[in-house]
Amino acid sequence: MTAYTATVTVRLKRGVLDPEAETTQQALERLGFELSDLRSADRFEVDLDAADADEAAARADEMAERLLANPTIHDYDVAVAER
Amino acid sequence: MTVSVVQFGGSNCDRDAVRALDHLGVDAERVWHEDGLPDDADGIVLPGGFSYGDYLRAGAMAARAPVMEAVREAADEGVPVIGICNGAQIGSESGLTPGAFTTNASARFQCEPVHLRVERADTPWTAAYDEGDVIEVPIAHGEGRFEISEDAHADLVADDRVLFRYCDADGNVTDAANPNGSTDNVAGVLGERETVAVLMPHPERATLPDLGRSTDGAGILRAFA
Repeated sequence: MTAYTATVTVRLKRGVLDPEAETTQQALERLGFELSDLRSADRFEVDLDAADADEAAARADEMAERLLANPTIHDYDVAVAER
Repeated sequence: MTVSVVQFGGSNCDRDAVRALDHLGVDAERVWHEDGLPDDADGIVLPGGFSYGDYLRAGAMAARAPVMEAVREAADEGVPVIGICNGAQIGSESGLTPGAFTTNASARFQCEPVHLRVERADTPWTAAYDEGDVIEVPIAHGEGRFEISEDAHADLVADDRVLFRYCDADGNVTDAANPNGSTDNVAGVLGERETVAVLMPHPERATLPDLGRSTDGAGILRAFA
């Protein structure tokens, strides 16, 4: 078994309104920053032991499917690195 | 008829639901989720509140609590189930109903009376109304914006599963009358069975005559009477 960290990034699908990101963008603009757009995302770092990177990724993928993301509004991706 | 009002950590409208049902002559009891669903539950309310502090997404944690497996089984057997506010979020997160409820377009918590147009009058939840009736019921939520994919929305409309839409006092479904940016002004939907429904507004806060501005919500809870 190898120790991995699987990083699951969950973000709103393109086209789904993100009021929190809009509010954050407005606050940045009030501070004088210039930006064309801003998106927010949730990142989960999951430490787990697995036989190989594929197994670690598969397990993290299932975590995203079953809890971390809501498929109605979210896309997600998984990246695995040895810990 | 004994209605189980399922209480999660952070539920806070469970007592209101029991009182409103008592007022309508319906036997109701609060059931702590860890104690499981009673065998004799012949109605289920998923009440409002902030279960698990809205961690991750509103309703996400409670939707995956073991009691929800029993709720889904009961729903499949035809036991009437209604999710109100946080209960609606739990219902959609658990797959009882389509779509998702997420952050209001305003990005703010909104607590205000709204008008709803009754889109179906031939369900247990709306038998007290006529189609097209306008009722006044309050909302109190930060994550009530109904989101659904275009395809799923088309199916929802084709299957006539929209139960309530936000409207103005005259029943016009307009952007101005949409408090939270919900897709197609949807405020409440049916599950696969008409006996399963979720809605963001609070009928239990518009049932007791001495509370609030209207008792228009009583008709929804009369499904259990």
